Amino acid sequence: MTTQELLTWLIPIPPLVAFFLIVLFTARSRALSTLLAVGSMVISAVLGFSVFFIGISTEHLGAHPIESAIDWLSVGAEAIKIGVVVDPLTVIMLFMVPLTATSIFVYSIGYMAADPRYSRFFAFISLFAGAMLTLVVADNLLLLFIGWEIMGLCSYLLIGFWFEKRSAYRAAVKAFLTTRVGDVLMLLGIAYLYSATGTLNFHEVLRNPEMLESLAAPSIYLGGGISTAGLIGLLLFAGTVGKSAQFPLHVWLPDAMEGPTPVSAMIHAATMVSAGVYMVIRMYPLLSIGAEPHEGIFSPPMLAMGLIGAFTALFSATIAVAQNDIKRVLAYSTISQLGYMVAALGIGAYIAAAFHLITHAIFKALLFMGSGSVIHGMEHGEHHAHHEGHHMPEGFNPQDMRFMGGLRKKQPITFWTFLIGGMALSGFPVVTAGFWSKDEIIADALQQTQMGHGLGVFVFVMLVAAAFLTAFYTMRQIGMTFFGKPRSAAAEHATESVWTMTAPLVVLAFFALVTGFVGVHPDFPILGAILSPGESSPFHEFVGGTLLEHPEALPFNPTAVATSVVVALGGLALGWWVYVVRGYKEATQPDPVQGVLGGWLYSILVNKYYFDELYEAIFIKPAEWFAEKVAYLFIDRGIIDGILHGIGRIAIWIGYLFRSFNTEVVDGVGDGIPMGIGEFGAWFREIQTGKIQQYLLMALVSIIVIGAIFWFGG
Amino acid sequence: MDIGVLSAITFLPLAGAVVIILLPRDMKKTARWLAFGFSLAVLVLAIWLWFQFQTCEPSEAGYCFEEQTTWFGMINANWHVGVDGLSVPLVLLTALLTPLAVLISFEIEDRVHMYMSLFLMLEMGMMGVFVSLDLIIFFIFWEIGLVPMYFLINIWGSANKEYASFKFFIYTMGGSLGLLLSIQLIGLTTGTFDIPTLAGIWPDFTPEGGTLFGLGIETIKTITFWAFFVAFAIKVPIWPFHTWLPDAHTEAPTAGSMILAGVLLKLGAYGFLRLVLPFFPEQAARFAGTIGVLAVLAIIMGALASFGQTDFKRLVAYSSVNHMGFVVLGIAAAAYVYGGRGGDSQSAIMALNGAVLQMFNHGLSAAAMFLLVGALYHKAHTRDLTRFGGVWVIAPVYGGILLFSSMASLGLPGLNGFVSEYMVVQGAWPIFTLYTALAMIGLFFTGAYILKGIQKVLHGPVKDEWKGHNLEIEVREVVAIAPLLVLMLVIGVWPNWLVSVINQAVSRLLGA
Repeated sequence: MTTQELLTWLIPIPPLVAFFLIVLFTARSRALSTLLAVGSMVISAVLGFSVFFIGISTEHLGAHPIESAIDWLSVGAEAIKIGVVVDPLTVIMLFMVPLTATSIFVYSIGYMAADPRYSRFFAFISLFAGAMLTLVVADNLLLLFIGWEIMGLCSYLLIGFWFEKRSAYRAAVKAFLTTRVGDVLMLLGIAYLYSATGTLNFHEVLRNPEMLESLAAPSIYLGGGISTAGLIGLLLFAGTVGKSAQFPLHVWLPDAMEGPTPVSAMIHAATMVSAGVYMVIRMYPLLSIGAEPHEGIFSPPMLAMGLIGAFTALFSATIAVAQNDIKRVLAYSTISQLGYMVAALGIGAYIAAAFHLITHAIFKALLFMGSGSVIHGMEHGEHHAHHEGHHMPEGFNPQDMRFMGGLRKKQPITFWTFLIGGMALSGFPVVTAGFWSKDEIIADALQQTQMGHGLGVFVFVMLVAAAFLTAFYTMRQIGMTFFGKPRSAAAEHATESVWTMTAPLVVLAFFALVTGFVGVHPDFPILGAILSPGESSPFHEFVGGTLLEHPEALPFNPTAVATSVVVALGGLALGWWVYVVRGYKEATQPDPVQGVLGGWLYSILVNKYYFDELYEAIFIKPAEWFAEKVAYLFIDRGIIDGILHGIGRIAIWIGYLFRSFNTEVVDGVGDGIPMGIGEFGAWFREIQTGKIQQYLLMALVSIIVIGAIFWFGG
Repeated sequence: MDIGVLSAITFLPLAGAVVIILLPRDMKKTARWLAFGFSLAVLVLAIWLWFQFQTCEPSEAGYCFEEQTTWFGMINANWHVGVDGLSVPLVLLTALLTPLAVLISFEIEDRVHMYMSLFLMLEMGMMGVFVSLDLIIFFIFWEIGLVPMYFLINIWGSANKEYASFKFFIYTMGGSLGLLLSIQLIGLTTGTFDIPTLAGIWPDFTPEGGTLFGLGIETIKTITFWAFFVAFAIKVPIWPFHTWLPDAHTEAPTAGSMILAGVLLKLGAYGFLRLVLPFFPEQAARFAGTIGVLAVLAIIMGALASFGQTDFKRLVAYSSVNHMGFVVLGIAAAAYVYGGRGGDSQSAIMALNGAVLQMFNHGLSAAAMFLLVGALYHKAHTRDLTRFGGVWVIAPVYGGILLFSSMASLGLPGLNGFVSEYMVVQGAWPIFTLYTALAMIGLFFTGAYILKGIQKVLHGPVKDEWKGHNLEIEVREVVAIAPLLVLMLVIGVWPNWLVSVINQAVSRLLGA
């Protein structure tokens, strides 16, 4: 094993070890637990960054990745192997994951300081980080799935971290089960892929033209109406729909905000939900078998991704507009942005999807941690105000933006970093990372549109509309939170957070600005020449190497840039005008959007199109009813046991005949096979007083009787 | 004659049982520690056996540590024992679970001597089944295992113990009558009860004239196949023969449930592997589809029925139906290929490897879950899920362990259950695609019932009823469950130490 391979193997290990050490030994010591968790994460980050630098300085890494595998399961003379791989896609993840995770670990020291289950929290996020890193370095779908599911567990544990709260544990169960719908389908996809190819290794499948060609053959299932790769792809994509909260499995992510805020930042924005998208990016060569996006030919998985992704992007952006909980707005924006990536992949914009995955993770982690800092500030403010005798208004909630306002003066660092994150999310031109990555997706969609491909038109229209709404609700959020006057005593007394919380904000804000510069189009005025001296941007050049055929860069399209700039600035300007210039005066004031949309439409948005209620009514309640009343009481207790008891009665009856025979014919023999036919329970208690031999006799007799019935009856 | 290690493993528990029953009445403590000591000695032997097995050169029929002595010459039944990669993991499992169950039974106060003796006799019965290579011996041990379990439930069980023990006993007994008749039929027509010999001759056996008792040999084989099938199906249990299980598991004392779920159910599945597949390849393949449907029904209906429970122990009991369904699905898929009905042998091996590993894994997780249910019941005196809530606050260690075991049971990757379920799904997919896909419904509901159990017990605010109660797990219980937890993790992370052993025997069985 070379040093590079060893380094890669070691990346996920430290946090996993830290998890066990904390749980088993140091749970009582906050200091030791912090040291273990943060220390192990830093070690992993150092390892990860080392491999990152080795990776970006390696020529043709895509064709010659760092690989190492061992036998994991013996099957006949062969074995399923698991191992690690470092190719360009892994490399960029090894930048993003350790960066965001380490920031979140440090941030949590401050954020969780007052929590009695502090050590437990660090144990869980250590396990989480270990699982995510496992997923990133995995060289095959099975190991990826292992990391994937362990993250699901961590998500469950952390959403339900304050498990005394009903809303928290319900959200935890909801998250686990909703994603599990996708996971079981994904498991089938894995099984199908293995039985079709005999391997789950990424490179053996995805960089092998013969293998890919054989997968293009019609599937042996579903009447051959779909290619093998198409069916596998759809099954795998189902996993992403669950994990990355795409419609119709999006319902769990907003509720996941019940967990502590660092969790929201890490799991429900930066990493875990990104894992879903990462998987489809990883499997893209398989998903796109048979597709020629430039000719307007799409494979079934791409169609599904394009439709679902684009729909989700706009759909959840509309919900975000009407949310008042600061974290819920971000949650819906996460769903929406993941929809961008999925849609991008659907139209074949591989590089753009990967690019947005990285930039989004960084600025969304920043935004979530910023919102955590705001919530912390509000809680402190509430505490202070309480001391000074102020009473909070009816329905006060430190996460409700209607009770905030004016926080930019109270929390300047939080404000400026949040502003940067918000601008990146909105795609504020040129200076933010979000602009470059989102622009690239829109450029791809525009090119499809200009060529007149239906899917491209749909994706373009949905994404542009979503981009406008994104800018609008982001400005709404910033306006309601940081501008205007404080609308509650808590906001009045809010204070800036401690340095362990603000320092990660500053670091991530820096990257939320600069990361985009690796993906500037070479023909972009001025900047292109400086930042992208080659034929395409450095990001494109590098990540494109993951694929067998290096994808072509699009020609520079000023219309796309203009579209991006106009929708971003337009949305921001509208939001600024409504929520900052005119502003929110009082917490009780109805939202201006409500006036425009009308009451019922607005309440549909507030209630998230009633999907929770719908699922409750058509899935959850019937499942509970079926499980208890049908599967258990009717089938098992009623039918199956009913038949058994019936047989029992017949046996007893025959026993009774025997007894009569005994007492009357062979007088005095046998000391009483129990009598009493009638109520099952009644005879039953009596029969208990009998002896084993009698039971055996009964059993024998009943078997003979049943046998006879079958024999002569059949 | 030297006493071989397998004879020692089988009869050491019996020696213990005799010693304990002869102890003076007032030596409860001694009885407990003696039982623990004897079962521990068996474990030591089993571990030694496991390591010796790694380097042993199997006989032509594929067995190690064989012993053969004439036992009942008149009917040509021999004391023939031996182990291969199918049985040696189960011997290890039995040897591991028994001392842990004995340790859990230290809380029994009523008639300790009898209890401990019965427990050791139970161990003898189970071991005997796993090591025997003679049909008569196999059957005797098969039945021996029943009796102690009947009394364990009947005497030390909870409220509805009489109904449960009776149902368990009669049902299993009824099932084995057909088995006994079939064994006799096979033995008398072929003149041998030797399992390896029969595996070679019975599938192609044709009597003179081609008929027996006026019936065609094919009919005879089909009838005997179904007799074997019913006996083992009840034990596994395969849906719809499963309704004795929730009753017996729920009413049995904790240690009884641990062994019942941990080992006794495996006897049925082991019967399929050791007898049904080798003896009836054609019949098994012909009916593999039917068995596959029943397996899927077990997976789905077991999970749903579990989800519908409000009794914690019954919820865990039904999970066995669900989990053993995967064992049967794997066996059915392998049987289909083995009998030459199509499919590739690689998938068959995968499915059967998975099924055997699932037997082992379910032994670990079911035992752990019953232990935990028992630990809570012992202190709270209720299993009613609606009365619990917030237990994690007052019993944090218990909560953590319950979560860990539940996740193993749920099939979380990284722990043992996932590996075997994945292998079964992977192996069965190309053979029984539709069934495998449908099994996912069950896998989904596995998540639902596990989370329901956790949520009802651990989550929520502490109910007033439990404030001031000590529900925390005891040290003795932690000691008993710790080996199980360690194995769950070890198998989940590094399964091949076990799978490679199973794989040898499965590959040989399926003739790859």
